[in-house]
Amino acid sequence: MAEQEASGRKPGAYFPRDRLRHPPAFTPGYKTSVTRSPQKPLVSLGQTLSEMTGPVFGHDELGPLDDDLIRNHAVSGDPIGERIIVHGHVMDENGRGLPGTLIEVWQANAGGRYRHTNDGYLAPLDPNFGGCGRCLTDDAGYYAFRTIKPGAYPWPNSTNSWRPAHIHFSIFGRAFCQRLITQLYFEGDPLIPLCPIAQTIPDPRAIDGLTARLDMNAAEPFDCLAYRFDIVLRGRRSTLFENRLAGN
Amino acid sequence: MPTRVPDLRETASQTAGPYVHIGLVPAATGIHVLDRTVTNVVVRPDTPGEHITIEGVVHDGEGMPVRDAVLESWQADASGRHAHPEDPSGSADIRGFGRMAADFGTGVYSLHTVKPGPVPGRDGVMQAPHISFWIVARGINVGLHTRLYFSDELERNAADPILASIGSPDRRKTLIADRTLRDGKPLYRFDIHLQGDRETVFFDI
Repeated sequence: MAEQEASGRKPGAYFPRDRLRHPPAFTPGYKTSVTRSPQKPLVSLGQTLSEMTGPVFGHDELGPLDDDLIRNHAVSGDPIGERIIVHGHVMDENGRGLPGTLIEVWQANAGGRYRHTNDGYLAPLDPNFGGCGRCLTDDAGYYAFRTIKPGAYPWPNSTNSWRPAHIHFSIFGRAFCQRLITQLYFEGDPLIPLCPIAQTIPDPRAIDGLTARLDMNAAEPFDCLAYRFDIVLRGRRSTLFENRLAGN
Repeated sequence: MPTRVPDLRETASQTAGPYVHIGLVPAATGIHVLDRTVTNVVVRPDTPGEHITIEGVVHDGEGMPVRDAVLESWQADASGRHAHPEDPSGSADIRGFGRMAADFGTGVYSLHTVKPGPVPGRDGVMQAPHISFWIVARGINVGLHTRLYFSDELERNAADPILASIGSPDRRKTLIADRTLRDGKPLYRFDIHLQGDRETVFFDI
């Protein structure tokens, strides 16, 4: 923003979403999508203020342990499992870091069990692990949180479907049209190519973009390993000219 | 460690899955880790404007309620102002962002908010009052964007450029929430159909 204003340019419409980059709605290998996918084409909408604005969050809304899943549900000690840092940058398609962006994460525990009413998997809950957290990106768009590496788990799709280890990510950006939910996978996990959900994405490079890399440089020696996961949200045009969006 | 050339295309979407509540609505599943979370109450008692409730069910292609859906809403205040630095009309009375979890038993979601004012559209044309909705759930690979319009805004709806861009009048109707009263208070019913004959219009924004 500051850079754009200094050069006299104004931020304009967001780039159209590249739907070939994303999974289609109807992906029969992932059975639940069959009855939950619209059959009619999406209606393309020229962006207005409604799409180019979105909620703004402040640090005062976050608690001191929101970004620390190792501690934020601890009752009698630390949770069991592989201690990791997950970190990276949130940027737009122009390569600009996005400051003040809310990231929310949720995940299973080390055994693949979620702390959720509807999860009946036999692997036990961890009394010291909740599995949810959130953070705001800093001025450079950087984020980090600390957690336990989640375990794989079975799910009722085919008779022997297992999800790769993954962490769910919810990201806001600056505008409602940038809103995104996705999943982080871990480098080298042999379940990724077998997963009907990961494979809803047609482009292998886009799946690779969801695969966090082991990042030894960010590990804390004798404490925890680290994974790097960068997130790219939609970019936007900028223009030297007044546009008519605001009704002038 | 292998290095990667940064891929500056949008990160691909994945379904929110069945346990989305843990991250977005933790209280719905009994987790009390985060102190302040976004809820389905957008208004304060003293917020200017008409206080309204919106209620509905998300249905799948077989007419079944989607009991694990989570919805988000984004809207202007009663004067048509968004709480965002790029809105030139000044500071808004509400943040305008809400989050709703469908009831695990009935599938009903509800939103307590204020009826938004008209907001400027493109090329100086005003848009009818509306609330932007975003729906995620297990089985939905990319979050679905739609808009709620109000059944008591006939004239403004008729002039709305976005509604006009939908060719079929029957399809436009899928975006109109019906106004009724419950206990003397305004209630709008907004059911969403993901698929089939009554399929809701979803937008590529």
